[in-house]
Amino acid sequence: MQAAALKDPFVPDICRVASARRELADAVTLELEPLSGARPDFRPGQFNMLYAFGVGEVAISMSVSAHENRGFVHTVRNAGAVSGALAALEPGATLGVRGPFGTGWPVAEAEGRDVLIVAGGLGLAPLRPAIQEVLARRERYGRVTILAGCRSPHDILYQRDLERWRQRLDVTVEVTVDHAGTGWHGDVGFVTGLIPRSPFDPDKAVAMVCGPEVMMRFAAGALLKAGMPAADIYLSMERNMKCAIGLCGHCQFGPAFVCKDGPVLPYDRIAGLLAVQEI
Amino acid sequence: METMEQILGQQSFFAGFPAEFVALIAGCARNCHFKAGEYLLREGDPADSFFLVRQGKAALEIASPARAPVIFTTLGPGEIVGVSWLIPPYRAEFDARAVEPVRAIAIDAKCLRAKCESDHHLGYEMMKRFLPVMVKRLHATRLQILDVYGHR
Ligand code: FES
Repeated sequence: MQAAALKDPFVPDICRVASARRELADAVTLELEPLSGARPDFRPGQFNMLYAFGVGEVAISMSVSAHENRGFVHTVRNAGAVSGALAALEPGATLGVRGPFGTGWPVAEAEGRDVLIVAGGLGLAPLRPAIQEVLARRERYGRVTILAGCRSPHDILYQRDLERWRQRLDVTVEVTVDHAGTGWHGDVGFVTGLIPRSPFDPDKAVAMVCGPEVMMRFAAGALLKAGMPAADIYLSMERNMKCAIGLCGHCQFGPAFVCKDGPVLPYDRIAGLLAVQEI
Repeated sequence: METMEQILGQQSFFAGFPAEFVALIAGCARNCHFKAGEYLLREGDPADSFFLVRQGKAALEIASPARAPVIFTTLGPGEIVGVSWLIPPYRAEFDARAVEPVRAIAIDAKCLRAKCESDHHLGYEMMKRFLPVMVKRLHATRLQILDVYGHR
């Protein structure tokens, strides 16, 4: 334990890609095993800095709970040079991993309350560990609702998980897409439209929201309108990270450092900042 | 058996509506059913009716010549299908198709327009109910057009 505390946070551990699974046209899920054999521990919502050798480093959230996998699992979208290099890794390849960093979703704090998960696009990835941990101790929570929005029926992330969760009798799962052909029998509309008809008590609920910033802003607005206090709405912010330990200032978001104070932050702390462009 | 007034009174869309207005609307309303695949409205047809969905789901679709129809929104229980009855020339702007069996209240638009014309208080109350529906859909459409999910 002490050895871990003394570890240099700038030195990556070397991990091997145990599996690479294509999720969407531009997104891949990598299962990583530390070469040291250590079993990583982390909280849902935390992130790692993944280092593609010779290309660079990027922050990616964990996408499977530490209770469900022996290593790290990350879903990576090919959105640039580094993430593209990571998304192209094949089983057996190695990469550097620093972490885990940052705050987590309020999974323990939400016990005894309704849980509302609102995900947009790839935003379901950082939320999946929280969902897994809530469902692993389902009896400790009130009503659990998962709302997921994405661009089209072809862009639904973790479709098998969503189907599995939907089959349970103790979870409400709603998926909506921005547009669809006539073969789609599910909902069409922006994800915020699902909030008013979701079963939760705004006075005793915790909302965990992740997706593109504009989607999170409107989701938070819809949750406030439904009567939820801003302090019970948690968002996972995405910023350009470098050091990931609160030293360099690259991830500064108003007075907060997203790498250290976030990425998960309560809406009452950031509501004013979210409305300002280019922070 | 429930009267149409009672059924309308239970709908959240009419929450807080004065009882005498509910009675006026009930005079223009009837229950209806659509099988999956049937159309509630067809683009360009006279907007003679609008619908308050009680059960099931309807899709609003845009058809264009060289492409398959695209669904841009779905509407479920408690939601209104059809707003063109309020706006001249009173023609449906889109197709509305039942994607699963739909049970709804159909409101005769000509009948209600006439009542709104002769009682502007009723007309104003209807406007107050319909305007937020239209604004909400406009906002949702803007966000859909932004295509926000491509950027995370
Ligand atoms: S990334 Fe350096 S302070 Fe956050």
